[in-house]
Amino acid sequence: MDKRIQEKYEIVVGLEVHAQLLTKTKIYNSDAATFGGEANTHVGVITLAHPGTLPKLNKVVVEQAIKMGLACHSEISRHQVFDRKNYFYPDLPKGYQLTQDRTPICVGGHITIKTKVGNERKIELNRIHIEEDAGKSIHLEGQVDTLLDFNRAGVALIEIVTNPVIHTPEEAGAVFAEIRKLVRSLGICDGNMEEGSLRCDANVSVRLKGANALGKKVEIKNMNSVRNVQRAVIHEAERQIALLEKGEVIVSETRTFNADTGKTYGMRTKEELNDYRYFPDPDLSPLFVSEEWLQKIQAEMPILPQQMFEKFVTVYGLPKYDAHVLTESKELAFYFESVAQLTNRFKSISNWLMGPVKSYLNEVGKEIDQVGLRPDSLQKLIDLVESGKVSFAVAAQFVFPEVLKSSVEPLVIAQRLNLIQDSNADAILPVIKEVIKEFPLKVEEYKNGKKGIVAMFMGEVMKRTKGKADPKLANELLTNELSKINI
Amino acid sequence: MLKAYATFAQIQHDLHSKKITCTALVKHYLANIESKKHLNVFLSVYADEALARAAVIDEKINRGNAGKLAGLVVGLKDVLCYENHPLQASSKILDGFVSQFNATAVQRLLDADAIIIGRQNCDEFAMGSSNENSAFGPTLNDIDNTRVPGGSSGGSAVAVMADMCQVSLGSDTGGSVRQPAAFCGIVGLKPTYSRISRHGLIAYGSSFDCIGIFSKNIEDAALVLEVIAGADEYDSTVSQTPVPAFSSLLSAASEKKYRIAYMRDTLQSPALQPEIKTAIEKSLDQLKLDGHSVAGIEFPLNEYVLPTYYILATAEASSNLSRYDGVRYGYRSPNTTDLESMYKKTRAEGFGKEVQRRILLGTYVLSASYYDAYYNQAQKVRRLIREKLKELLKEYDFIITPTTPTTAFKLGEHSTNPVEMYLADLFSVQANVAGLPAISLPLGTDKIGLPMGVQVMADDFEETKLFHFSKQLMNLA
Repeated sequence: MDKRIQEKYEIVVGLEVHAQLLTKTKIYNSDAATFGGEANTHVGVITLAHPGTLPKLNKVVVEQAIKMGLACHSEISRHQVFDRKNYFYPDLPKGYQLTQDRTPICVGGHITIKTKVGNERKIELNRIHIEEDAGKSIHLEGQVDTLLDFNRAGVALIEIVTNPVIHTPEEAGAVFAEIRKLVRSLGICDGNMEEGSLRCDANVSVRLKGANALGKKVEIKNMNSVRNVQRAVIHEAERQIALLEKGEVIVSETRTFNADTGKTYGMRTKEELNDYRYFPDPDLSPLFVSEEWLQKIQAEMPILPQQMFEKFVTVYGLPKYDAHVLTESKELAFYFESVAQLTNRFKSISNWLMGPVKSYLNEVGKEIDQVGLRPDSLQKLIDLVESGKVSFAVAAQFVFPEVLKSSVEPLVIAQRLNLIQDSNADAILPVIKEVIKEFPLKVEEYKNGKKGIVAMFMGEVMKRTKGKADPKLANELLTNELSKINI
Repeated sequence: MLKAYATFAQIQHDLHSKKITCTALVKHYLANIESKKHLNVFLSVYADEALARAAVIDEKINRGNAGKLAGLVVGLKDVLCYENHPLQASSKILDGFVSQFNATAVQRLLDADAIIIGRQNCDEFAMGSSNENSAFGPTLNDIDNTRVPGGSSGGSAVAVMADMCQVSLGSDTGGSVRQPAAFCGIVGLKPTYSRISRHGLIAYGSSFDCIGIFSKNIEDAALVLEVIAGADEYDSTVSQTPVPAFSSLLSAASEKKYRIAYMRDTLQSPALQPEIKTAIEKSLDQLKLDGHSVAGIEFPLNEYVLPTYYILATAEASSNLSRYDGVRYGYRSPNTTDLESMYKKTRAEGFGKEVQRRILLGTYVLSASYYDAYYNQAQKVRRLIREKLKELLKEYDFIITPTTPTTAFKLGEHSTNPVEMYLADLFSVQANVAGLPAISLPLGTDKIGLPMGVQVMADDFEETKLFHFSKQLMNLA
């Protein structure tokens, strides 16, 4: 689409993010809440809404929701009721979903994102509320019948709703990513988008820049990655702008995003939607959050990514970029801290984690706590390099993979592989002399001022010593030898 | 052939003195059930099971380790869950359903060695005042088989009346225990809301629903309440208020004099059968003579009680009954073509007319455009009614009203006009709207021999006092 046309409009996005909470049992009964398992094996009489069953609130759900609220600087509601949202669907056993309509557990608050240019922006939240998940309808190819799996029915969710204050696809993606980071560092959701533990809907509208009224909003469902949130917003905004440019109206509707085509498709118009007939659930007593309870929850709050970032910059003296990368992942940040207990070469730890360790993790698709790299092994690797016995490059390329495979000390590995650097001038000097003798033309160039050629000599020296020459020492000796030559 | 026992205390006495056995007792009730099959009281009779359990409990009695309710034979309204037994709220929509767990009340009865003899007919989903709204046909009144036993717990009332069991558990959402108790000449108790766990009670109007007790006397009701009431981890709305030992408290005779109020307008209501009015007035006079203080009071909110109830109870019911959708259990229409037709046909074929009427009414009052005008308004009125009644109950120990405007009416008499039928609950609904405990006590018979009832209402959790006074009131006649 023509950029000039696009620039006439402002995109307005609000996100609704559902996070499945990491509770052992479901929100209103003692069935297991774990993902997977054979279909319909976590389904007791309450999950299946047998006649005579009643819900009983799992208090852990409330605590986890409050933690999210505290992390987002929301106001925590002290007195809450649970509401029934009535609609018929086969994967909704009771014929209503228990949710919080009138009294969400957390009101207001904000999430801080970093924009492309490195500025911070506060995205206001409307609310965070508690609700229960539905089961899964499974439509098998070529089969008329729909299959139902109720394992997920009644698993606890929080829904995080932002205000319509997001104005670019990048921001939308950043908000979703930040929410994922927060729930993971709070330990209340595993953030696994493929398994559906974290799901995002976006309300997208466009308006002419400067206009006050919001445009007709369209709800986009089914985006299961940060990238897809961005793609969906881009596509939907373009679709709406194109319609408006043609003088057509935008229909308030629900659309689904297809990751294969990158487009959104209409599901149902809002006019056809249910009247959910919300009313307070008479089976659950109103919930009161006492000051003591709130304080107990507050005391259990882990350190948050933003606080961690500040600590990495001020306490460990890391560059902001390093601190940002390391605190992106809770596991990586914690790992950094455990290595930092063993050595105070903080920048070296950072270099290792951001370099070889991270690329290895990406390669195997795991988190740092899943690969068996002991903090003291990394500390010994760092010592090995810092003591000048092995260069960083050699350690990363040859020693590190062995450390991952065995519990043998890095130094022993380096010795076995014959990688210990030669720091003996008597051993290196003859090689240097040999090289100078073999490349008289290069020496001439050097003498004529082309100092960069020294790298060529170093390369030769390293090649002939099979990388074992201490580069610092070799460089010194080489410069010294070259200076002795008079042409 | 055994005699009909008036009290469970006599049964226990005869059991312990080896005059009778539980087995003989169960056989006696089974014989009565069999001989009065035409009343259509039981939907299932657990004859073999009850006999087997009776033998086990006889053995326990011999060994001296039998529970508190050993020898008590109980019937359950078809809205109470009994593990591995059919359960269908007298509705086609739960065809073939078998409960997988025990209601807390049922579990506590079993733990105390009571014997469950069967499942009793009722109005579908406890909606009705005559027991005519049952997928299994009406239950008949044992005194006059052309008349209804009341409802919705009609089967449970007739079972006690006709000595088919010693006690029945019913449910009372708007009078469903007290009204049939009055029509059948027995005692019907609705305790304070939340006194008994609702876990295992099929929901109609959750904020009104109460398990209630049918018995032939106050002592049996007190003993059963003491066993089944109290805190329960499966119901988060159940009261944590301690449960007094009602039965032993009751055995200490009380001559305490009380402050009693009666509602003038209920006695002056043109809907009230004159003989009932006369009988109540006679009781009030006798109470005065006995030294109690008796005062007539006004309760201007009375005209709002029934509408408030029908708005809120149906609103809750419309949502509570959504789970009966043909997806997971019970009836599913065989004539469906897609999802929508499965819902529509299943529910149209599975639910009876009255249930459908109340679901529609409840759906209407909750819909976005009418929510404030009906549901919200009714919630406010409900709070006012409760506050006013609580105020009155600070001044008076009890409020007395007739249980019902008339004695048992003819089958089919009110079937064409639902509002006429709703008026049968005119006096009983108040206690449910306010959540207060109330009891219906037999008050003689009218001129054609049909039982009449008087209702006594007390303040929250004042069942002990209510039992004491009820005994005094029953001894008047």
